Amino acid sequence: MTELPGDLLYTDEHEWLRQEEDGSVTIGITDHAQAALGDLVYVELPDVGEEVDAGGEMAVVESVKAASDVYAPIAGEILEVNEDLADDPETINSDPYGDGWIVRMQPSDDLDEDALMTPDAYQQFLDELED
Amino acid sequence: MPFIPHTEKDTREMLDTIGVKSIADLFDEIPPELMIEHLEHVPEAQSEMEISRLMRRRAKMDGSPMCFIGAGAYEHHIPTAVWDIATRGEYYSAYTPYQAEASQGTLQTIYEYQTMITELTGLDVSNASLYDGASALAEAALMAVRSNRRVKSGRVLLAPGVNPVYQQVASAIAGAQGLSFERLPAVSATGNVDFDQLPKGRDPVAVVVQQPSFAGTLDDVDRLTDWAHAEGALLISIVNPISLAILKPPGQWGENGADIAIGEGQPLGVPLSSGGPYFGFMTCQQQHVRQMPGRIVGRTTDLDGKPGFALTLQAREQHIRRSKATSNICTNQGLMVTAATIYMSLLGYEGLVNVAHACHANTVALVNGLTAIKGVTRLYDGAFFHEAALRLDRPVAPLLKALAERDILGGFDLSAFAATDALLVCATETKTRADIDAYVAAFADVMAGSD
Repeated sequence: MTELPGDLLYTDEHEWLRQEEDGSVTIGITDHAQAALGDLVYVELPDVGEEVDAGGEMAVVESVKAASDVYAPIAGEILEVNEDLADDPETINSDPYGDGWIVRMQPSDDLDEDALMTPDAYQQFLDELED
Repeated sequence: MPFIPHTEKDTREMLDTIGVKSIADLFDEIPPELMIEHLEHVPEAQSEMEISRLMRRRAKMDGSPMCFIGAGAYEHHIPTAVWDIATRGEYYSAYTPYQAEASQGTLQTIYEYQTMITELTGLDVSNASLYDGASALAEAALMAVRSNRRVKSGRVLLAPGVNPVYQQVASAIAGAQGLSFERLPAVSATGNVDFDQLPKGRDPVAVVVQQPSFAGTLDDVDRLTDWAHAEGALLISIVNPISLAILKPPGQWGENGADIAIGEGQPLGVPLSSGGPYFGFMTCQQQHVRQMPGRIVGRTTDLDGKPGFALTLQAREQHIRRSKATSNICTNQGLMVTAATIYMSLLGYEGLVNVAHACHANTVALVNGLTAIKGVTRLYDGAFFHEAALRLDRPVAPLLKALAERDILGGFDLSAFAATDALLVCATETKTRADIDAYVAAFADVMAGSD
């Protein structure tokens, strides 16, 4: 198991968030999620400018064996989507916390950090899943 | 009749193994208020002997009348070889197998079918088929909503020539999912879409065009396709596969082609048989493939580099994605598709063109004959393929009844849809010149008799 990046927040849907200096938030799926899905063959991205609700469907990641929704962990507006994933969805497999990011959002409210998991809390969550 | 080999003991053991008391318990997640004890108009179960007798009696009632009805299902000559081959043990199943890749022959048949249907429609991808033409419209509309996500209206605009029954079926299936179906205005002289009256700013998610139309006419599909795209809508075409042998395929309509083509596959080697089973076909442009419902067979290579066939894009199907699948009624009609594939293979390109020309020539002869009778005129001006609407100077139903007594099915009564006394007639390649003359003579006779 690789070390979880310490500067990210995590959700129980296996997504990660990174707070950028300009107040926007970058979102992707965790290493655990990409490993569970297997080789990704397609990523369906939202439109830039789209407003999403917290918990709403934001993107679809599709592997040869499953197509799964990526839920928006927070409400906000989509500022940018990772267009490179259209041609290279497997980037999510190879670099889930870096080049495999999925969207960048402008949160409509201040980030409620209590509703999200720290790296330690997410690691514990993963450990409990394996038990 | 099906022979089900499970004994009560077998069933008991299976239920015990999974820890369930009775078969009914397997369905207990369905709320009791949704369960129906008794279906109106559906009789009680009958024994094998009783049902065989009933069916033999019903079959006799069909007789073997001369059929001039089209209206969505068409009588064509089916070479004997088609069903001789399709009912061989290797093919004789309605489904793609559950261990699909173990049945390479079946997958190859579907792959060949997909190839032929994409060639006919001029589009990139075909699925392995749907239930029938009408439900294919519902599937295409739902697919358009998924693929054209920018548009949130759920509004589907239908050209005047779309089969009204298809609209009913599509509304029944997709209406509860937020889709609405509205008709575009028609020019009364032609039945075609009225380009001067097209609605502006309706934000349609899709526009549906049927070519040839339900009344047999040909619309300006190029212009309609370009208009749909300019409005931000996808263009769904409903086409007759036989007509595509001589008409422009949907993939070439307008500047960018239709996005999705669907239709009733029955004309391709499937008998009328009192309304079914038939099959629906569906093809689309590559950009929409991930929203296409149903199974798709792809060609691939195995570990040893040998060519083979596999189901592809399964991740969005219901056995994996459950309620979020692209469709939950997308089983294919494997046996009908097998027959259609054999039919198209036996006829070839030239054969299909010949059938299409013969249908058109026969219907022209029929229309010329009937419109020479006093009181019979064309309902619409303009070109038609193998079906035409006629305006009569009196009610249609009694005439059809009189013709039926002479063993002639004279056509489809269009009066309720056309808001005037109108009859839709069709003469396929199965009709000889003598058949057409006999029908025209009988028609003149019953018209004279009802004066």
